[in-house]
Amino acid sequence: MKNHENHISSDTLNWTVLVILLILTTISILAIKMHLGAFTVALALILASIKVTIVLTYFMHLKFENSLLRIMVGGVFLLFAIVIAITFIDYYFR
Amino acid sequence: MTHSTTAEPLNYLNHKTGLWSWLSSTDHKRIGLLYLYSITIFFCAAAVLGLLMRIEKIAPGQTIMSAQTYNGMFTIHGIIMVFIVVIPGLAAVFGNIMLPIMIGAKDVAFPKLNLFSWYVYISGAFLGLYSQFANGHSPDTGWTFYVPYSAEASSNVVIALTAAFVLGFASILTGLNFIVTIHRMRAPGMTWFRMPLFPWSLYATAWIQILATPIIGITLLMVIAERTFHIGFFDPALGGDPVLYQHLFWIYSHPAVYVMILPAMGVVTEIFPTFSQKPVFGYVPIVFSSMAIALVGYFVWGHHMFTSGISYESRWFFSFLTFLVAIPSAIKVFNWLSTMYGGSVDLKPPLLFAISFIFLFTIGGFTGLTLGSLATNIQLHNTDFVVAHFHYIIFGGMGFAFFAGIHYWFPKIYGRMYNFRWANISWGFLFAGFNLLYFPLFVIGIQGMPRRYFDYDPKFQTGEVISTIGAFILFIGLIGMISNLVYHSKRGAIAPANPWHGVTLEWQIPSPPPHENFDEVPVITREPYVFDHPHTN
Amino acid sequence: MSSTEHSEHIDSDTGKMGMWLFLFTELFLFGGLFIVYAVMRSKYAADFHHAALELNAFVGATNTVVLLVSSMTVAMSLTAIQQNRSGKAIGLILITLILAGVFMVNKYFEWGHKIGLHLYPGSDVMKTMPHGEIMFFGLYFMMTGLHAIHVIIGGILLTIVIRKIQSGKISSSHYLLQENAALYWHLVDLIWIFLFPLLYLIT
Repeated sequence: MKNHENHISSDTLNWTVLVILLILTTISILAIKMHLGAFTVALALILASIKVTIVLTYFMHLKFENSLLRIMVGGVFLLFAIVIAITFIDYYFR
Repeated sequence: MTHSTTAEPLNYLNHKTGLWSWLSSTDHKRIGLLYLYSITIFFCAAAVLGLLMRIEKIAPGQTIMSAQTYNGMFTIHGIIMVFIVVIPGLAAVFGNIMLPIMIGAKDVAFPKLNLFSWYVYISGAFLGLYSQFANGHSPDTGWTFYVPYSAEASSNVVIALTAAFVLGFASILTGLNFIVTIHRMRAPGMTWFRMPLFPWSLYATAWIQILATPIIGITLLMVIAERTFHIGFFDPALGGDPVLYQHLFWIYSHPAVYVMILPAMGVVTEIFPTFSQKPVFGYVPIVFSSMAIALVGYFVWGHHMFTSGISYESRWFFSFLTFLVAIPSAIKVFNWLSTMYGGSVDLKPPLLFAISFIFLFTIGGFTGLTLGSLATNIQLHNTDFVVAHFHYIIFGGMGFAFFAGIHYWFPKIYGRMYNFRWANISWGFLFAGFNLLYFPLFVIGIQGMPRRYFDYDPKFQTGEVISTIGAFILFIGLIGMISNLVYHSKRGAIAPANPWHGVTLEWQIPSPPPHENFDEVPVITREPYVFDHPHTN
Repeated sequence: MSSTEHSEHIDSDTGKMGMWLFLFTELFLFGGLFIVYAVMRSKYAADFHHAALELNAFVGATNTVVLLVSSMTVAMSLTAIQQNRSGKAIGLILITLILAGVFMVNKYFEWGHKIGLHLYPGSDVMKTMPHGEIMFFGLYFMMTGLHAIHVIIGGILLTIVIRKIQSGKISSSHYLLQENAALYWHLVDLIWIFLFPLLYLIT
């Protein structure tokens, strides 16, 4: 075991992260009331992505893991984005 | 288990005996053998189905089976061959047996998970078999389960879908295990670029396994939901889109082709240097071409759908990328040929199979490009040309690489040697039978013979008959090869630790390997393919 | 396993990497549904807008908060076990389990309400609705259903973790299982972070 390398997140950090996540959730709920039209979904997805990044970074300790794992996680999300984009080369032009 | 000699040194085969010691073993070598035996049995069963289909097509009209039986048969043949034999195939058998040894490890990263994967695999395999015999018709959708038919057919489609889902799960777990093993278990000194090329190919394969297989998993669940709840995703009457099924299916199933072929490329990449006694030509390009194939191969799925009504722009895109993915494959072919060039080539059975792999794979690859270009695809889509291309890649490529691999590693796995003459003769039957069986399908495919048809126009009969004759010759070769291997696995001459003068780690330990592979952890100090006494000019 | 079998000791980095790779497969499992969602939504934007009005954004928001808080309690339980405070760790996981229960109860009533209105795939009411709304509710049930299964699996994992902390098998020096169960639980939260706006907030 190499637990001495493992980072221990303080409770304060965890609380802070939660508060930020709740604020972002509130923003995304309020945002739909502003009737942004086509941008509603874009904004909702951007806010969701920020929240997911925060969860990955702090709750899932990616910030404290080695860079290999971070590259893998980034690569996986990138790959999925590319797959969606390629699928839409079909649907967008059909 | 019985032993011919009691004085044999302890190894992984004899250190414990009894059926349960095999079914509960977390030893990667034993698990690899469990896969080998189950895959062989399922391969033989599906091959017999293939032969029966060939017999059916020896003359137009009904000869030995009804049309419905024929539909069930090509479906089960496909499901078994693709999901039970070829996708696990080389990775689960040779990957399990050889990967830890080749990187200097005692076992894979998660030995218990490895055994669990086999149980998941075998449950899925039996479920697939059960779909054939359960009440009602055996599935008749083809292995691709295309909607709308698969959503409506009255046959046992749900059982077959579940089987494919379970088998996918086993594949994911194996891939996961291999990635972690390669990252975490390499022997001291074995840097990434000192790793042999078969483990590299498994690494590329494993990434596809874990990143593509879940997509087919959820897609199969959606078809099950379609059948049970009429959820409608693929049903135009409810607003769904059947072409979306094809997208999702091929997002997995195209990369799955690379799950099959990448380990096959890895196996022959081990064989060429050994039987040329010469370092592999272009180690780094081979590594990067494997990774490039895995990556680009993920983005070409649409070339299965050129005639399905996808947009012109996406057809252009997929066709372009298909041509792109041919480049790394071709790089490998040049590497293999250059490895042999100027080496002291020793035409033993493994090399014979490996060379025929190049030949057949190249034909399969070129015809793949024919199918990948938009104009010719319209003409050839859903004809026997596709069947021929597919079998040249999957059977000619992956199958012959498997045969090459088993002839290469057989003395290591069993500590005994097969009969060379017998192996060469079997190879002759296999090679001749294979080409007779599948090459005519290119011709009648171009002439317009559709695939998956039970009946045909009499003008195609010459081609169909040659093909059926080829199937029988191929079968003789298969029986010859398998009986040679089975017989000599127990009664062959005792093989030395390194019969081929190989330099990778598996040849530096006794045959069969001891239970823990290495007495002491090896320390790697140089590149993988350095021959101390090169026989080169 | 007998003593002659290979050592089963798995070090923490190895185990965690395995878990992360497994989480990738989970992401792609849901990914398939997100692809269907993206395609259908681009095809039937107006219908999706309309159908989403049927969902109660308050219930969705409540469940979002519930899962976010549960994610934090799991993260804190890991901190607690690292600091060798196993009582606190168990307490925090218990809170997580309670929150998971709240989530499921909410989900139960939400589904029950929809089914009471005959808004489920294959119902007679559904068949008369616009195509886009049929797709929306199909996706709603399939996505939240698959997610709910993951909540249950995560709950089972966390229950096992509690047992192992009690028996001392998880401690400040060996807590790989708890780390991995926590990662799994965060994934459940992570999926929901995407599901919530896509299903409830596109009105």
